[in-house]
Amino acid sequence: MGEGEGRPPPEKVPLEKLDDCTWRIPKYRQGMRVPGMVFANQALLEKMQTDRTLWQCANVAHLPGIYKYAVTLPDGHEGYGFPIGGVAATDYDEGVISPGGVGYDINCGVRLLTTNLTEQELRPKLAQLAGAIFENVPSGLGSRRKDFNVSAGDLDRLVTEGVQWLIDRGLGWAEDAEHCEERGCMKNTNPDKVSATAKNRGLTQIGTLGSGNHFLEIQKVDKIYDERKAKTFGIEEKNQVTVMIHCGSRGYGHQVCSDYLRVMEHAVQKYRINLPDRELACAPGNSSEASDYFQAMACAVNYAFSNRQAIMHWVRQSFQQVYHEDAEKFGLKLVYDVAHNIAKIETHQINGGKKKVWVHRKGATRAFPPGSAEIPADYRAEGQPVLIPGSMGTSSWVLVGSHKAMELTFGSTAHGAGRMMSRSAAKRKWWGGDIKTGLEKRGIVVRAASTVVLAEEADPAYKNVDVVADVSDQVGIATKVARLVPIAVVKG
Amino acid sequence: MDKTGKFEFLEHTADVYIAAHGKTLAEAFENAALAMFEVMTDTDKVAQTEEDTVEVEAEDEYALLYNWLEALLVKFETKSRLYSKFAIASLEDTGEGFRIKATAHGEAFNPEKHTQKVAVKAVTYHRMEIIKELDKVTLEFILDI
Repeated sequence: MGEGEGRPPPEKVPLEKLDDCTWRIPKYRQGMRVPGMVFANQALLEKMQTDRTLWQCANVAHLPGIYKYAVTLPDGHEGYGFPIGGVAATDYDEGVISPGGVGYDINCGVRLLTTNLTEQELRPKLAQLAGAIFENVPSGLGSRRKDFNVSAGDLDRLVTEGVQWLIDRGLGWAEDAEHCEERGCMKNTNPDKVSATAKNRGLTQIGTLGSGNHFLEIQKVDKIYDERKAKTFGIEEKNQVTVMIHCGSRGYGHQVCSDYLRVMEHAVQKYRINLPDRELACAPGNSSEASDYFQAMACAVNYAFSNRQAIMHWVRQSFQQVYHEDAEKFGLKLVYDVAHNIAKIETHQINGGKKKVWVHRKGATRAFPPGSAEIPADYRAEGQPVLIPGSMGTSSWVLVGSHKAMELTFGSTAHGAGRMMSRSAAKRKWWGGDIKTGLEKRGIVVRAASTVVLAEEADPAYKNVDVVADVSDQVGIATKVARLVPIAVVKG
Repeated sequence: MDKTGKFEFLEHTADVYIAAHGKTLAEAFENAALAMFEVMTDTDKVAQTEEDTVEVEAEDEYALLYNWLEALLVKFETKSRLYSKFAIASLEDTGEGFRIKATAHGEAFNPEKHTQKVAVKAVTYHRMEIIKELDKVTLEFILDI
């Protein structure tokens, strides 16, 4: 296969153009219960046609109980069974739930902090601050913080109580929980449904960034598109410093996914579910298998919220260390924390009536409109902040949820850039040291545990996140609020 | 250590796609494990001073490969140990499924000594293939990173 190519699809997937950024995959196969709907411009669509993205979207349309259409978002690319950058909503009673529709890294997500510093004010201390964060936040292969020990009993409480458990122990501020999706805690947890292996993996990795595409960035506001909404989210002016944390549920979530994929393989046979691809393994929403998975998944969701909470706490501490002043003095308020890989029970307006559904968001961000009860009170008039990280060295986006998203995508939009080039091709093409020098020439401070990861995560290896944000804005499923660009990158 | 012929990295945009080779299924499994650790570190720098036993069972050979790699990944994460040699003592069909008894040889992970490459998040069944020919076996699989 050529550079950057996924597998070609086993068949040509038919497409009907509805407008410049909306394409329908008709019910061209017997088993498709609904069509597919792809939100992409011509260039993004052409990229999707080189791999199995669209074919997988058509496969998802086979799921029992699926409503309306299987959604593929502008950043869609081939994934495990389901494409990454997709949404599927299935009926709560008659539909299925699938771990493949959530992904291995359950609640991989992003949180954003604002500061009251400008880039100019921070610049003299920037390298020192990036160094302090790199020391304080464990990142890269096998790293952990020696002074942050969580016992097995504590871990069960942490995944049950979410970020509040950490806040109660001094790792955070009282108002942090309110500014997380689900207030930093999904309620339907049951740690007894999580295997000992998952818990053991989780114990050694709580409070770690990981490696690969996960990162922590110090950024500055590059451009504001909607001043009123930006102000509501605490984004006041160009060159204001922000901090973005991108990571997930580490080995805990991966093991939950792995364990329940096995359970679902058996469930598919037990309940005689016909699927076009075994990677879509699922169980009826009202089965014990589905209930067990959903409880274990919720534990992993809370693990990830807590992981980002602990990391944020150490970022605040790093500011204190460098400036010898309280973190509060620098603002360092949590704007929001969003999940990119998650399944939820939600109510949506479908075919003229309200329906309770399982919404699978895999590489998708919830994008709820103004007035939603699910979003923090102080944002309710404006809508939910949507955070879309770029790749290393590129911009990241703050968007805002909209009514259009409720209408078109079950209240969802894209989640990121998506790779264009394979990791091995990127490594052949670039050397990590050169990438570092290149970033530094642009004034970006780099602290990374691995030069190999630097080369693999080089930004030309990714799709342009700006295009993804443009399409989201154009379709109206989440509109632009502000663009952020990195001034320092910390990577595993 | 010469890794030539043991495994190779295939092209894949988002994850790591590996082909591992062996004269027998067991040897291909050993090389698959070596490839996984090569993703995480330079296995040439991992001394073989510690030994762990690994036993896995599964209903078929595909699940066996998955469980074998996952068991080693979990050992790395929970014991903080890297391995550079794998010796499968037995790989047998029990009638109800398959079982591996093996030892993994390596040492404690030391960020000062060992190259940090990419952490493997999970083993997947995605595109997994076990290709058996007359005198060789090839395993293809994708690691989520």
